[in-house]
Amino acid sequence: MKKANVTTAVKKPSGFRHWFHSLRGQQTIVTILFLAVPLILFFTFTCIPFFNMMQFSLYDMKYIGERTFVGLDNYISVFTRDDILQSLKLALYYLGASVIQLSLALFLATVLSFKTKFASFFKGTIFFPYLLCGIAVGFIFKFFFTQGFVLDTVLSWVGLNVNTLPMWLKDTSVNNFSLAGTSIWRYTGQCMVLFVGAIMSVDPNLYEAADIDGANGINKFFHVILPSIKTIVVLNIILSISGSISAFEPPYVITGGSFGTATYFVLMDRIAHQNLKVGLASAMAVVLLGIIILVTVLQKVIFHFFLDEDDNGMTYKERRASRKRGKAAAIGKERDRV
Amino acid sequence: MRMRGLSVSQIVRKVIWTVLKYIMLCFCSFVALVPLVSCVVTAFKTPDEYRDTNVMTMPGSWLYFENFTTAWEKARMGRAFMNSILVLVVVLIGSILFSSMLAFVLNRFKFHGNGLIRNLFLIASLIPGVAMQVTVYQIMYKMHLINSLPGYMILLMGTDVISIYIFMQFFDNLSTSLDESAILDGCTYFGVFFKILLPLLKPAIVTCMILKGVSTYNEYYMASLYLQDKNTLGVVSTALRVFTGPIGSQYNYICAGVIITMLPALIIFIIFQKQIYSGLASGSVKG
Repeated sequence: MKKANVTTAVKKPSGFRHWFHSLRGQQTIVTILFLAVPLILFFTFTCIPFFNMMQFSLYDMKYIGERTFVGLDNYISVFTRDDILQSLKLALYYLGASVIQLSLALFLATVLSFKTKFASFFKGTIFFPYLLCGIAVGFIFKFFFTQGFVLDTVLSWVGLNVNTLPMWLKDTSVNNFSLAGTSIWRYTGQCMVLFVGAIMSVDPNLYEAADIDGANGINKFFHVILPSIKTIVVLNIILSISGSISAFEPPYVITGGSFGTATYFVLMDRIAHQNLKVGLASAMAVVLLGIIILVTVLQKVIFHFFLDEDDNGMTYKERRASRKRGKAAAIGKERDRV
Repeated sequence: MRMRGLSVSQIVRKVIWTVLKYIMLCFCSFVALVPLVSCVVTAFKTPDEYRDTNVMTMPGSWLYFENFTTAWEKARMGRAFMNSILVLVVVLIGSILFSSMLAFVLNRFKFHGNGLIRNLFLIASLIPGVAMQVTVYQIMYKMHLINSLPGYMILLMGTDVISIYIFMQFFDNLSTSLDESAILDGCTYFGVFFKILLPLLKPAIVTCMILKGVSTYNEYYMASLYLQDKNTLGVVSTALRVFTGPIGSQYNYICAGVIITMLPALIIFIIFQKQIYSGLASGSVKG
């Protein structure tokens, strides 16, 4: 077929024009034209940097100038340098924050999906912080946490003594809690909106059925809402693992990573763009990528075995259980017969 | 003792539940608002008031705008807003056009590499942006795109996986018989895309515009990395950087600056509330 096309193209000049106007030809041209720009951008700003990252991680180098091959030394540094190990520990604060954030968001979403007065006001105020730009959030909280300023004033209203309160951003025993708290402030609303969206898509008949059965709010939550939106909840829980390791903006804009608040990414940014140890920073990025891929595989496995439903609405686990039950029943029948 | 079919204990439980619910909601809204309200209060204070009164005491006059004008000038907000609008317009048009074209081709045509491209984009979406900037910086440096507004725009226009997935989902729901009948009527594939499908994509375009618009307007890290010239290349998200310098602790100006950058977001939010919520919810489904 192709050969014939080529020969006709050579014989008659109108052959190319014919191909050009044919559906197949048009498809090819549209495909090439439409893919060109996105793919060029993709290769320049994603693929090439990715392979560079792999390569750089094996070198001791700056952005310009000499580079020396050091093998896996950078990776060894990632797992032995005190500051990097310390920064990984900070992920626990943000993991804790995301647990609070997710449960709070789930609670608020549930409450706001039922009849509530001023629901859109509450939803709006809790969501709005998500729309602020990072550096504005940074200044707001630098101001908020300054000694004797907003937080201390509010706490003095409820009777706490201002003089005994710690320096929220400088005291290393509390400052990571403060920063993780700002991340709750900023992202709970977004999470809540996602959950509200998921709850809205639950079949309303289920609620009616639950009402007829005399279910109260808590029953409805555990037996109707949670099972219906478990996929998005589990997805968010799993994503918060990689999200907490890659926590970046709160410390970056509020403390700049000083006073022991440098998370993994803040440290990586400093190592790459201030200390210009591009090799080490690349190794850090590759290690983080490894962690993210692990988490993604974990997510796929969990979804495959527990959440993905087949045509009968059964998950892998349920199918296996029902198969086992079937077998047991069959064996029982055999025994009865004997 | 029954009222509307409910026993007393049920009514009591319901009342307690309702009270608890509203207490919780009010508390959360209070926590969400306090940092913002304290900022507004401080932005209207005269320097004397700022120095002498507690942060949460109200300013003497709500019509004192000195702080705002000072912040506007110091942070070169005029310039920053012009730049931000330019970036927004170009990036939104570019990324929506590119991702809808990509989604169209991937959804409608079968060709070698279709699945490969889909998977590549999916994997790319897993890589956090901050990690990539370690090496993207070098490429930008080599292409002389550091300290250049077009360079920054091109970078933001790049792979926008969320938009691509929103468009792909949308194309899934648009029947191919639409394309076919148009082709029978003598329309080309270009015509099908630009004249027939693109207008139908409107809801998806609105969603993508909101998601991409919010993230572009607020994008801070890349802007601070690639637009280092504060005088001419500031965008709204980086304009406030000037306050980290010598006048670092004069919060009456800083708060005014924060409110200036916050205002457009607030206005857009009030107008497009519904679209923002539904956009976020639909953007997360594939994410």
